[in-house]
Amino acid sequence: MKDRPDYLAHAVLILGVVLFALPVWLVFAGSTQDSDAIMRGDLSLIPHLSNLSVYKRVLLHGTMGTEPVWHMLMISFGMAMAIACGKIVISILSAYAVVFFRFPFRQVAFWLIFVTLMLPVEVRIIPTYAVMADFGLINTFTGLWVPLIASATATLLFRQVFTAIPDELVEAARIDGAGPLRFLWDIVLPVSRANIAALFVILFVYGWNQYLWPLLVATNQGLDTIVIGIVKMIGEETQTDWGAVMATAVLALVPPVLVVVLMQRWFVAGLTEGEK
Amino acid sequence: MATLELQGLRKSFAATQVLRQIDIALADGEMLVIVGASGCGKSTLLRLVAGLETPTAGRITIGGRDVTGLDPSERDIAMVFQNYALYPHMSVFDNMAYGLRIRGLSRGDITRKVEDAAALLGLEALLSRKPRQLSGGQRQRVAMGRAIVRDPKLFLFDEPLSNLDAKLRVQMRAEIRRLQRRLGVTSLYVTHDQVEAMTLGDRLLILHEGTPAQLATPMEVFERPADTYVAGFVGSPTMNFLPGRLARDGTAVQLDAGPLIPLQGRRSGDAVTLGIRPEHLTLGGSDLTLTVDLVEPLGSETLLHGRVAGREADAITVKVAGAVTATETVTVGVQADQAHVFDAGTGKRIDPLGQ
Repeated sequence: MKDRPDYLAHAVLILGVVLFALPVWLVFAGSTQDSDAIMRGDLSLIPHLSNLSVYKRVLLHGTMGTEPVWHMLMISFGMAMAIACGKIVISILSAYAVVFFRFPFRQVAFWLIFVTLMLPVEVRIIPTYAVMADFGLINTFTGLWVPLIASATATLLFRQVFTAIPDELVEAARIDGAGPLRFLWDIVLPVSRANIAALFVILFVYGWNQYLWPLLVATNQGLDTIVIGIVKMIGEETQTDWGAVMATAVLALVPPVLVVVLMQRWFVAGLTEGEK
Repeated sequence: MATLELQGLRKSFAATQVLRQIDIALADGEMLVIVGASGCGKSTLLRLVAGLETPTAGRITIGGRDVTGLDPSERDIAMVFQNYALYPHMSVFDNMAYGLRIRGLSRGDITRKVEDAAALLGLEALLSRKPRQLSGGQRQRVAMGRAIVRDPKLFLFDEPLSNLDAKLRVQMRAEIRRLQRRLGVTSLYVTHDQVEAMTLGDRLLILHEGTPAQLATPMEVFERPADTYVAGFVGSPTMNFLPGRLARDGTAVQLDAGPLIPLQGRRSGDAVTLGIRPEHLTLGGSDLTLTVDLVEPLGSETLLHGRVAGREADAITVKVAGAVTATETVTVGVQADQAHVFDAGTGKRIDPLGQ
């Protein structure tokens, strides 16, 4: 490669970093400042470190009558984990069936799964609500995640991953005497663990950012997710405690970022280790 | 150790008949090599024996036990695949041990068996590596090891050497043969490489469009090919074929190209194909006049490619020992005792009468 620093490339990269990082920095800086100053539009880019106690306040007590932020984080984390894990388990099982078994209407089954991709969540949200109401799951934690754990997209992705597994590997396992479940557990899952890790990250963030469904299904304040909590905090504009809102927003960023960072290590390891 | 019997084996995929009628019996410890051009059904035959495909008709018996309806794992066989099919996430040890673990062997037994097989194949130092850290030849050995540890009744090889480079292929070929002899396991070996077939097999099965063209020892296949397909398949460079008619009461062939080639013995027939291997043509004879269009020196021998004078269709290759200076036209002689005669219509071999 070239020894000479490429100034243009660096300039573009720096611009990109600023574009992405500045809003986040602004929220962090804002969280430590006085609400009135923010209202006046007097937002300084330098955080007032003496005001960091706002984090402790929202974390333990919340603001404007919401639940404490730690509680909302727990609800969000539980929901996002349940959605991500549920989606992965269900998608792996259905993709496994579609790829490795020959049964009547296999293609029909696959296309039925595929078609649901085309229906946006909003279209089926009312019937879903009705079903959840019949199960008595309105205002329960279970109700938050159960309707969201089937995923056509993930099924499609795993189908591609499984289809790429060489036939000889399947046959070698058959000769070794591995039954369907053993083959899934011993061969298919380890071979696709990099994909599982990548998908987990995406699905966790998807679950974490859910807004519409939690808003509908859980009116009980004890089940507020962090996203709902932030919206509730904003409430009536004139009284909003902007410092607390911004602090909560920063806190809401932490778990998804941690998941991305931790899982990234895992799936990079998977990528370099896997395959022949 | 066991015998293998295939009786009336057929296989069709939808309307396509892939294998028409296969009847073979292998003796204990015998190595049968199945050869043929691609699409002749040789891999399908192997997969039927392995239990990866279900035959349309027929019976497969391994060591006297009918296994036709059994799962691959219940047949007591081991298979070596062309691309090795090693489990990429498992170490060499685990790759070899996997089948044994599923069978529920004790940990001590597994370790002993895997270590024995590794010692046999010179893999001791590699047991903790992953397949991607191995060279092609080493992967090939691991695949062999995985087959050996199970102590099977039958080895199945599906073109195991075709992913290796030429030098390694020769080396592994010898190794496979030594190993198979030493372990005395009955084996089926599928290949499209005729050199592999000749050197490895106790017997060869040449498949042509789903039917056995010939089943015999390598030397017999070479010396008395059953038809023009087999004759053209075995031997390198390929046998020369010249159209003609039996003449002089069946003791000679009158070639369409003109010359009369005397034969040994008397044969009955009419329109025939005369087959003669390149090494059984001698320069300076007087049977054929050849227009040479290409000379290929191979060091210890030289190949002359040419056409029978005046007959564009009749291409001929002559193999001569030593170096040859190219000349436009040469005359060659046919070694009469090495000539093969085939029926022009059916392609079947015609032997001299009374033999």
